[in-house]
Amino acid sequence: MLAGPRVSTAALIAFLLVMPVSFGIHDLATDGSLSHLGNNLVAGLSNGAIWALVALGYTLVYGIIELINFAHGDVFMIGSFVAFALFGTLGLGLATAVPLLIGGLLLTLAISAIASGALNTMIERAGYRPLRDAPRLAPLITAVGFSFILQNVGLLWLGGSQQGVPDLISSQHELFELAGVSVTNGDALAILTTAPLVLALTFFISRTRTGKAMRATAQDPDAARLMGINVDSTISLTFLIGGLLAGAAGLIYALYQTTIWFNQGFTAGLIAFTAAVMGGIGNLRGAVLGGLLIGCIQQISDNRIGAEWTPAIVFGYLVLIMVVRPRGLLGEETRQAG
Amino acid sequence: MTAALRKLPRPDDRVLAALAIAAGIALPFLFGSGSPFIHDAILALSYMMMALGLNVIVGFAGLLDLGYVAFFAIGAYTMGWLGSNFFSGAGGGEGFHLLVGSPAAEMPGIHVNFLIVIVVAVIFTTIAGILIGLPTLRLRGDYIAIVTLAFGEIIGRIAINGDQIKIGPIWDATLGRLPLLPELGAEATLTRGKQGITPVDKIDLPLLDPFTSLDLRAWYLIALALVLVVLFVNLRLRDSRLGRAWVALREDEVAASSMGIPLVKTKLLAYGTGAAFGGVSGALLGSYLNTVSADQFQFSFSIFILAMVILGGLGSIWGVVVGAILLSFVNTWLIPDVLNGVPGQLGLDFDLTQLSYAIFGFLLVIVMVLRPEGVIPERLG
Repeated sequence: MLAGPRVSTAALIAFLLVMPVSFGIHDLATDGSLSHLGNNLVAGLSNGAIWALVALGYTLVYGIIELINFAHGDVFMIGSFVAFALFGTLGLGLATAVPLLIGGLLLTLAISAIASGALNTMIERAGYRPLRDAPRLAPLITAVGFSFILQNVGLLWLGGSQQGVPDLISSQHELFELAGVSVTNGDALAILTTAPLVLALTFFISRTRTGKAMRATAQDPDAARLMGINVDSTISLTFLIGGLLAGAAGLIYALYQTTIWFNQGFTAGLIAFTAAVMGGIGNLRGAVLGGLLIGCIQQISDNRIGAEWTPAIVFGYLVLIMVVRPRGLLGEETRQAG
Repeated sequence: MTAALRKLPRPDDRVLAALAIAAGIALPFLFGSGSPFIHDAILALSYMMMALGLNVIVGFAGLLDLGYVAFFAIGAYTMGWLGSNFFSGAGGGEGFHLLVGSPAAEMPGIHVNFLIVIVVAVIFTTIAGILIGLPTLRLRGDYIAIVTLAFGEIIGRIAINGDQIKIGPIWDATLGRLPLLPELGAEATLTRGKQGITPVDKIDLPLLDPFTSLDLRAWYLIALALVLVVLFVNLRLRDSRLGRAWVALREDEVAASSMGIPLVKTKLLAYGTGAAFGGVSGALLGSYLNTVSADQFQFSFSIFILAMVILGGLGSIWGVVVGAILLSFVNTWLIPDVLNGVPGQLGLDFDLTQLSYAIFGFLLVIVMVLRPEGVIPERLG
């Protein structure tokens, strides 16, 4: 309807590559190798993997009830806090033997994911379901309300300052080096935990009967109800899955960054929401792509331009992508946006 | 009883409005001239202006804007730039003065009369509103929300890092020779970051004594006057051709377009109008709070104003007025002044200040669940 510039996929990719390529050329000219840029990208991808997990929760919820779930970032924060508390309860410390540590971390992963999942489901039940037939923006405000409540819980739990987490996996320790690019334990953990979770989720949504019910509800809740799908429980399940992923991301974040605090959910939520939109909201692959992309933009900007400008640069990218691809990189039509 | 009441003739709306205005004017004289209540009321009125502006964008035109804080920032910086000693190099160190009395007239920096600052703030924010609106024209639904959010954050970042941006050399090279425009000096930066531009000139209107921070009643009355202007414009706009075009756009863009409503112009006018109200309020707050600091312009402020609009009743002018008063006083008075005393009165040793976030969040949830359409829903027809 409103004509705008038609930009081909090739031009879009070229545009996204401008920053890394120019810094790559700069590196080649100064140090004669690409290892500096490679290190940026590895750190960017592993950071981005965490954003991707959080962004998936946003995109799932948006896909099914078209709500920007502002409380999602804080559910992720609670996941980190639960994981931190479990380290204490299970007695996981720097001295713990490796097999015991792996078992303990898997148990922590399960419990913090379940805690966040349950929390997200409860929020949906208390704050969003009563507003199913209300004006579209009403649940947005209850979401903000829950976000405030959870932030306050975090504030009371661990106080208002950054809290150090025992560096159980020696996050910054170099695991291996390839062509001058070093991969740390933290990078490996983030990527190796995220990849199977994303694959399992994609399989679940595209191949199982329940996944089909979720897709049907996302397309048209009324028609789905007529087909015998229990829409309410399908929506609850979506929030559960989103929460599980956020809880897992919370644990990885705590191990990777080794500091947590009550305000981390706010920042993460904003970044993850941006990632979901950048990729095309409602689209799973888009959320992962957006998360990884933002992770890389952030790393390069932090390292080369200055961390104080990073948020402006990320949002600048977002605006430009939106201008040339109004539905995000891999976006589809959503009900409201269609 | 109720049946009998219903038979009574409805009092004329104009009488009601006159009574409300009279009550509004009388209110500060019930309190001491420096009373904290008047301070809270001034903030509530300023936030109300912004909520009414945001209501034009979100409520009337249905364009979800999550970056309204940008217009607050631009309005406040206009006040800071044009009414403080921030540009100390202006006029070769002598300062630049336009229709201001003492003490501002003797100080270095740029000092411009408040009424002119308001006009400039309106111009700046309208332009910013339209510029931010432009990239969203092709977008639908909540994609608009994230792009406006992005602009809000970008402007917030520029405010924080503005002390590194030297605008003096560029400004003086390109604009300094124009008449009326002052030179800024080579050291001039865009903002003073988190330190803030302070002190900011107090309002100094013709025929009145300059405002002081001791007598808050004058500030209250000017805020009330500005709110009344904003309200009047809002009411007239709502019932105008443009107002109906906004609502039509919100209800169904395709239908509105086929009825001959120019989409681009109508949308951009919504952004521009809504932004202008934010600019007026920003300029007032800049002067009243006596500082323009990057800390004030955060995403949560956009959400705070949006909550006033939705909680009050999206698209309903009186709803937004009530929503703004409600949330503003919950924030500045109910939580810090009233609720915090409760545990002490009950003989409990518990500090409720730690729970202020949660109480605010809880109130949002409760009101929304009980009144999903807002406190005073919009009535169409």
